[in-house]
Amino acid sequence: MIEVQHIKKSFGKLQVLNDVSFSSPGGSCIALIGPNGCGKTTLIKCLLGMVVPDAGTIKIKNEAVNKGWEYRSMIGYMPQIGRYPENMKIGQVIEMLSDIRMYKAQRDEDIINAFQLKKLYNKRMGTLSGGTMQKVSAAIAFLFNPELMILDEPTAGLDPVSSELLKEKIQAEKRNGKLFLITSHILSELDELVSHVVYMQDGKLLFHKTLDALKTETGEEKLSRAISHFMKQHQPS
Amino acid sequence: MRKIVKYILLDILKNKIVLVYTAFLLLITLSVFSLEDNTQKGMLTMLNLELFIVPLVSIIFSTIYIYNSSEFIELLVSQPIRRRSIWLSIFSGLAGALALAFIAGSGVPMLLFERSVISMMMIGLGVMLSVIFVSIAMLAAVTTRDKAKGIGMSILLWLYFSLIFDGIVLFLLFQFADYPIEKAMIGVTALNPIDLGRILVLLKMDVSALMGYTGAIFKDFFGTQKGVLLSFFVMLLWIALPLLYSLRKFNHKDL
Repeated sequence: MIEVQHIKKSFGKLQVLNDVSFSSPGGSCIALIGPNGCGKTTLIKCLLGMVVPDAGTIKIKNEAVNKGWEYRSMIGYMPQIGRYPENMKIGQVIEMLSDIRMYKAQRDEDIINAFQLKKLYNKRMGTLSGGTMQKVSAAIAFLFNPELMILDEPTAGLDPVSSELLKEKIQAEKRNGKLFLITSHILSELDELVSHVVYMQDGKLLFHKTLDALKTETGEEKLSRAISHFMKQHQPS
Repeated sequence: MRKIVKYILLDILKNKIVLVYTAFLLLITLSVFSLEDNTQKGMLTMLNLELFIVPLVSIIFSTIYIYNSSEFIELLVSQPIRRRSIWLSIFSGLAGALALAFIAGSGVPMLLFERSVISMMMIGLGVMLSVIFVSIAMLAAVTTRDKAKGIGMSILLWLYFSLIFDGIVLFLLFQFADYPIEKAMIGVTALNPIDLGRILVLLKMDVSALMGYTGAIFKDFFGTQKGVLLSFFVMLLWIALPLLYSLRKFNHKDL
């Protein structure tokens, strides 16, 4: 479903993505892991067409990202830090997006109900706390039944209860055959969710393996230990 | 695209600055015409005010508005919408709102005081200048991420079009006073939409006799149907070129 080929991107002199390629069919859940500043968010933004890569091609469901725009109706995106028009209310933002997307089918309001966002519909976006903003982002990401979910640090800033609710929703949608791409630094919670791991460092993709393969290779039971095992091996000397 | 324009127009209305601008224009127009008993003189005062205020408000308000809607733009870019539609919607929203504000604040009262070709031309000019300076603001706002720099650039551009350009023209006129540059001056006016508008309206007002030989040459050119059409075309270029260039930049911008 996703095909990324030889993506390169630099901001000024800083090479953020250096020849990144990977591909994935649907129905899996990919963890995108790597140290801070390794290019995870930039890669995600390339997938969404928010950042224009210098070279390389990205295809989502065989549609080239750099030319098209329709493919974005298949993507639900939850940004790391949501930015919304400050003087709009939560309800207005949600209605506006449905209106602009001209989405007529049944909306997936599980997250809205789980987080009880309807009570907060009259709050202005500018007054929201970081956690509530994350909840709104999550609600919008799931709202239009997309086939591909891109979640950038989904549980950062959420309280433990909400974070559990979100994970339950991810599990449920995974069973429905959606493709998930999740970045997180909390590896323990990825353990239960992901089936594949993509590891990036300094703008390069170091490996793309299934979780089981990674565990047997490193001889560790937990993802966090397997990754730290790997990081120690590949420490720049 | 029509839907995005709707949201932008609603947002601009909620902002109230455009309403204040309309009221301000209304106040100026009414006071100018009630102070002058000669409407011809009143028109001349209106022309000078219009050429001063309309570009200033259009360019500054638009630049600040575009920077302030960066969140809105970011939100929409990740949705299944063409980048082109987002950018052109912002342009249409701003241009529509400012042009309407001018028509309501200045155009309608002007027509009430004097129903003539000159009034119609002044309204056309005001609308054109509103749209042109929105277009220039779009270009200024897309070139830099830094808000202070962007607004500074807008102010400089406005200063250039309303003051510095005239200074340069005067300087050239004096430097080349010994040469027959009157015809070349017609070409130079195309480089500034404000001057172009000023000359067009002044010639209609029959005060061109005050402008000497250059005035006669201008009258020869701008007084004809062809000259007016050509100037209109140049003004359209002033809308299209900055807008298209900014659109190209926006299409390749990282958000």
